[in-house]
Amino acid sequence: MRLLPSRRDPSLDFDPTQPLVATGNLRRRNAVSRVIQGLAVAAAIGAVAVLVIVVWAVVSHGAEAISWEFITTGAPNGVGPDLVGTGIIVGIATLIATPIGVLIALFLTEYAGRRTTRPVQIMLDVLNGMPSIIIAVFIYILIVARTHKESGLAGAIALSIIMVPLIARGTQEVLNLVPKPQREAADALGVARWRSVLTIILPAAMAGIITSTLLSIARAAGETAPLLLISSLFTDTTFQLNPLEALPNVPVRIFQLSEEANPEGFTKAWGLSLILIAIILTLGLGSRALLNRSKRKMTR
Amino acid sequence: MSATPPAGSASLKLARSNRQSDSRKRADRVGDITLRLICTAAALLAAVVLILIAKEVFEGAQPAFSKYGFSFLTSHEWAPPLEKFGGEGLIFGTLITSAMALLIGAPVAISIAVFLALLAPVGVRNVISPLVEMLAAVPSVILGFWGVLILGPVLANNVEPFLHDNFGFIPLFGAPQTTGSSIFNAGLILTIMVIPIIASVSRDLFMAVPRELQDGAAALGSTRWEVIRGVVLPSTFSGLIAACLLGLGRALGEAIAVSQVIGGATESHISLFKTGGTLASIIALQFPSAVSALHTASLYYCAALLLVIGVTANLLASWVGYRFSNAGAVAR
Amino acid sequence: MSIDDQTFDPPTSNGVTPQAPGRVRLRTDPLPGVIGSPAATESAAESHFHLAPDVVFDSENVGIFYGSKQALIDVTMRIRRGQVTALIGPSGCGKTTFLRSLNRMNDSIPGFRIEGSINYHGHDIYGSNVDTVEVRRRIGMVFQKPNPFPKSIFDNIAWAPRNLGMRQGLHERVEKALRGAALWDEVKDRLKDSALGLSGGQQQRLCIARAIAIEPDVLLLDEPASALDPIATGAIEDLIHTLKGRFTIVIVTHNMQQAARVADRTAFFSLETRGEKPIGTLIEFDETEKIFGSPRDPRTRDYVTGRFG
Repeated sequence: MRLLPSRRDPSLDFDPTQPLVATGNLRRRNAVSRVIQGLAVAAAIGAVAVLVIVVWAVVSHGAEAISWEFITTGAPNGVGPDLVGTGIIVGIATLIATPIGVLIALFLTEYAGRRTTRPVQIMLDVLNGMPSIIIAVFIYILIVARTHKESGLAGAIALSIIMVPLIARGTQEVLNLVPKPQREAADALGVARWRSVLTIILPAAMAGIITSTLLSIARAAGETAPLLLISSLFTDTTFQLNPLEALPNVPVRIFQLSEEANPEGFTKAWGLSLILIAIILTLGLGSRALLNRSKRKMTR
Repeated sequence: MSATPPAGSASLKLARSNRQSDSRKRADRVGDITLRLICTAAALLAAVVLILIAKEVFEGAQPAFSKYGFSFLTSHEWAPPLEKFGGEGLIFGTLITSAMALLIGAPVAISIAVFLALLAPVGVRNVISPLVEMLAAVPSVILGFWGVLILGPVLANNVEPFLHDNFGFIPLFGAPQTTGSSIFNAGLILTIMVIPIIASVSRDLFMAVPRELQDGAAALGSTRWEVIRGVVLPSTFSGLIAACLLGLGRALGEAIAVSQVIGGATESHISLFKTGGTLASIIALQFPSAVSALHTASLYYCAALLLVIGVTANLLASWVGYRFSNAGAVAR
Repeated sequence: MSIDDQTFDPPTSNGVTPQAPGRVRLRTDPLPGVIGSPAATESAAESHFHLAPDVVFDSENVGIFYGSKQALIDVTMRIRRGQVTALIGPSGCGKTTFLRSLNRMNDSIPGFRIEGSINYHGHDIYGSNVDTVEVRRRIGMVFQKPNPFPKSIFDNIAWAPRNLGMRQGLHERVEKALRGAALWDEVKDRLKDSALGLSGGQQQRLCIARAIAIEPDVLLLDEPASALDPIATGAIEDLIHTLKGRFTIVIVTHNMQQAARVADRTAFFSLETRGEKPIGTLIEFDETEKIFGSPRDPRTRDYVTGRFG
């Protein structure tokens, strides 16, 4: 075995008995590393700062608009009808989207073969990433143009298309967590698949299902584009409850007020924004708390 | 299981249980078939909806497509009263705002992910991570509202004049607007929207890089940054691309916030400080009050373009992400 | 298996087992500042030296805690230059913990705390002015499970030298490292291929090559052959023999026979009940023949004769 002459590179020479401080080019490399780490910290601080700035703007401008009258009456002083309208529309959307989302998740975990799993996952991903304005246009063509009428129901259907992928994905993750022994025990006892799904698997995954539903509600509550095209011709001086008509709703109202050049309208919009953010925050925190509690249960 | 019953009643029990099991078996089979049916139907429904979306949007665009063909993509005159529609300005606006969002947002988001996954102690991570995700939860209409009322004036009075005065030789930084509604504003808002998406996905990717790999690099006398640059970033590269594509999809499709701050023009200019429009924002702004059938069809054409671009970005993200996880499995 | 049944190859003057034909001892570069160059003799019997080889690591009453749990207590030992020192003992008694604290690889583990002192060439490794990157540059480590980077074979080896500022002569350095790790002939035609395509044993030798490419002072080996098949294990052990003298080597192994084959001195760790809980500690540390042939502590005897472990 012929050896090449050992050619010591001066940059690699060191005396091991010297103190353990940076030698060679290490001081420069340490400085570079510190700068980059500083940039990463700065980026994180920047993101949090933006969040704080935006939320602070909403809180500080919107607080003055909030009052009992604001919440319970209609235009011109209040936004009650908008809140109720959003509640109805999102409520209907949830009723449509949750079963469908859970069923799709069940399909993926129980019935999909190797060849069907991937296409369905891709479909869900595409649906999830579909711009909401396109869903809005779709429902418009499908329902509004044909019936010549805007309606809260059509808006709810549009929102449910947005919600289904979120619920499906969240439910699927939780279903996959259900421990195999539980499923196999049911099979071994000769219990029918549908019984074990209904009585064992779904209840075990319930927390996750609720969590993803709450998160999708938080998402749907703030979606403006679908409702802008499908449920924006309304009067919001009085409370409207008929989903077959266009219903007043929060995000469209904020949008309209932001486009007018009316300072009073701006204040109302801030107030509405504050309420909307508060609802979304509560839903987010609530679902996170629920998730943590259920995780603790599952790992016990 | 129950204790063995006395011999006499055993056969009776067996007979009864056999009978029960017959009807029970039938119920079970029906139940199983039903469940399988409705689950499959739900999955099919999703597929049907996707196909329908494409069908309706493309059909709606048909009148405009038959009139303009692909010249729609290169003509930039958009005048509803004159029944003239061309999408070039909108395509340009879409590309410029999304490019800005990604060029600024991706490095920032990846830096945030590096911080959260690799540098921050666990306690800090558990506080900052949810805050970053909360940024994604802010509805776009509220961000757009904030962008118009608060960010706009700051841009118009401070930032844009500063950039124009000092860097005006770059055509990007032209003369500022007075209203603060501009492509620049829209790009910034999109950046804010895109950052949490890319940051969350990247953070999860970084946290999945095996400890031993990082230890191996550290044990060779490397600085923290060298470990990240040499091991963490290369091994997550395709995943990071997928994350950026997801962010791109979000930026491309954002209609509401952009429509609030971009100024509602239909031509986009190279100067970031001018008003402009994107494919998504023009639909949000003009659809409710479209003046003619051709106007509506042209807006559908914009939607069709948006559909193609958006779905492509999403599919690319899925494909890149899938290849990454596959490669990771092989490497292990 | 009793001590008497063990077949021992009496250590030859260069520490290489006679059955390894064609094995060439690499020329040792005496490093500056060394008294009594180890190239003279490498016999485990230190009385042959004029002066005992330099102390590289001097650990004094070392105790290691993870949070409130104490993993190691009262470890006092001296590791000498140019020798192979083996740390043996049953699992969970702190051998790997101690090894990793020699190059501060435990720093990233939450709750890690060390008492006592570990001096490296007289300098406290955990001192306040110490740069951990510098520590690891001088004290390299090879891990239990091979962990090649997802890069080419060449880039795996060249990566750290590049960081250290080496621009020229990379090819020679890579070749030298691969030869030193007995891997050159197998990979010289595919240096650009991904390192992940190598077999387990090859990957581990790659990791060794990667570690020696920057010519550290010390090599810490954490059960380097435990994830490998017996043939690959044999190759690693041969490698250790060739690297001995050029580097100071500390190896953790729970394979006693391996320690007997490669080590000059062996340290036996085990659990000792102090107070309520058993804590890992150093039981006995001596020349390898003494540990295996005539151990002083009964626990050592029990372990090396296989009565427990």
